[in-house]
Amino acid sequence: MMPRAKLKAQKVEAANALLDARAVPEGGAWITKARKAAQARVRDMGLPSKRDEYWRYTDPRRLTDAAVVQGALHDTRGEPPVFDGFDRIKLVFVDGVFDAEASDPLALAGVEICHLSQAAGTDLHWARDLYGTLDARAQAPVERPLASVNTAYATEGVLIRVTGKPEKPISLIYLRQSETSDAMVHHVIRVETGAEATILENGPIATRFNQVMEVDIADGGTLHHIRAQGRDHERAGSAHLFARLGEASHLKSFTLTANGALIRNDAIIWLDGADGSAHLAGATVGDGAFHHDDTVFVTHGAPRCESRQVFKKVLRGGAVGVFQGKILVDQIAQLTDGYQISQSLLLDENAQFLAKPELEIYADDVKCSHGSTSGEIDDNQLFYLRARGVPEDSAKTLLVLAFLAEALEEIADPDYADDLRVRLEAWFERRG
Amino acid sequence: MLKIENLHAELEDDSEVKILKGLSLTINPGEVHAIMGPNGSGKSTLSYVLSGRDGYTVTEGSATLEGVDLLDMDPEERAAAGLFLAFQYPVEIPGVGNMTFLRTAVNAQRKARGEDELSATEFLKLIRAKAKDLQIDADMLKRPVNVGFSGGEKKRNEILQMAMLEPKMCILDETDSGLDVDAMKLVADGVNALRDAGRSFLVITHYQRLLDHIVPDVVHILSEGRIIKTGGPELALEVERNGYTDLMAEAQA
Repeated sequence: MMPRAKLKAQKVEAANALLDARAVPEGGAWITKARKAAQARVRDMGLPSKRDEYWRYTDPRRLTDAAVVQGALHDTRGEPPVFDGFDRIKLVFVDGVFDAEASDPLALAGVEICHLSQAAGTDLHWARDLYGTLDARAQAPVERPLASVNTAYATEGVLIRVTGKPEKPISLIYLRQSETSDAMVHHVIRVETGAEATILENGPIATRFNQVMEVDIADGGTLHHIRAQGRDHERAGSAHLFARLGEASHLKSFTLTANGALIRNDAIIWLDGADGSAHLAGATVGDGAFHHDDTVFVTHGAPRCESRQVFKKVLRGGAVGVFQGKILVDQIAQLTDGYQISQSLLLDENAQFLAKPELEIYADDVKCSHGSTSGEIDDNQLFYLRARGVPEDSAKTLLVLAFLAEALEEIADPDYADDLRVRLEAWFERRG
Repeated sequence: MLKIENLHAELEDDSEVKILKGLSLTINPGEVHAIMGPNGSGKSTLSYVLSGRDGYTVTEGSATLEGVDLLDMDPEERAAAGLFLAFQYPVEIPGVGNMTFLRTAVNAQRKARGEDELSATEFLKLIRAKAKDLQIDADMLKRPVNVGFSGGEKKRNEILQMAMLEPKMCILDETDSGLDVDAMKLVADGVNALRDAGRSFLVITHYQRLLDHIVPDVVHILSEGRIIKTGGPELALEVERNGYTDLMAEAQA
């Protein structure tokens, strides 16, 4: 075992090499300050290593490697993109770069949207008190250097301030057109008191991506977040969702992940106000050289909040799924209702699921449960379907979709859930 | 309709365990046959071997449905050919709605037979009428397959599937188990409504009481993997009065 000091020195050395090669992007005083602070955090922490507690199951090198990334584009064979039929305001990014021409005008009643670079050029902006602050807050008790790298260098992203209840969802569309794209995207979302919005995200972003979304939901606000991360095989990325919830505010976030060489999704949630709720769910399907990691940390910092984590993975042909989920209940957070379930369906002997559920509870009057299972398709259920005339492959698809249903049910609007269900069905019918 | 000749079957994992040892049986179109027998006589194995469940090896003999070899087919092919097994323990499938399940099954069979699939509207109309006869409400159709169903609801759901799929040859594996008298009557009425000159039934049961409601044309007694006696409905009454012991002794004599 490598001594801790030596390991730390290696991590810092790697971080310095990365940081020294890049200059902090130009911008107004407030964003430069946030970027420099983030840079300092990275120098201090170093880059993630497989020896770190929350990187034990996932090797981060692919996400930090200095070499030029390269990955074949994915042929979607003319299949319509996710959320295609929905009326929404579209913000298009190509290889992680905002494409104003392909996007709708950034005008929608009840919401203010602007590009990160535009805000960064001004001295005063609502996002100045938010950009990088949730990233900074999230560095304890677990270090998350990739998020700070993003905060330091991202020049792409949108700032969305929800002031009312916009009638359409805001749809972030990530197209990937380059085999060597290496992108950082940083979004900040502020949901004001009593406001409510839906944010959709779909697409692979880039061959390698580092994405951060910082979400601040004021008292009585609600945010629905539905994300489909594309299905390009040759891509790797890390996405951090940071969300702070005020009193009686609500967050529902769902992520669909298909394929990809390495996808790590972190969700770090703070229930800061009483009577709030945070529901996080994910459905993952992977085949072959696929590694997917959901790492979730929910902190109950106020009484009477509810949190749910529902993560389901279907793995085949050597695919690896990881779930690390934690519920931390502060002493003040009495009457917490916390729930966590992570399940995998292994379609053959080569697939692997690694789960690390954690509860840390300091309040004495709470309800918290967690469970994790790993299983195969049930022979009795399969025979029952076949005995009714359903061919074996269709029966398996039906059972796999049934397994994923609990996660999809976490999406409040069934129309979105149905849209994603159709994609999943197609994925199984195509066998990838 | 169904012709079973000298059927021998053993456990796939343990060829020492021979369950069916030369079973022969012929069911003509429109006939209802009952099979009775003590525990372990091979009743459920017969239903599984006929429907194609894994876990058994047929070592000898044949089973044909309208002259077509059943044993060579996958379970779904047997179903499309017109075979239906009403399960002793209907399987719960969380996450799959009962209606979705039935529509998938009906259309898969129609497709396999080269028929047009039913539209959502046609299907809905059909299932509503059939569900009503079996006192299955809209809620039961919406819920996941058999999840949280009572014993009676599960068995009624089996009969609903049978009514929707309109098979030629229906095997009922201890459909009376776990049913109270009222539920049994409801299930039996459902079965009787399906009796037809072109449809045959094989009713597997421990007890005679089901046969008061579904009156068979022929009753067989199964013991140690073979049919040891065949008769009319009165044979079931004899079993009810005297048990299997005398019959088994008689067969060995």
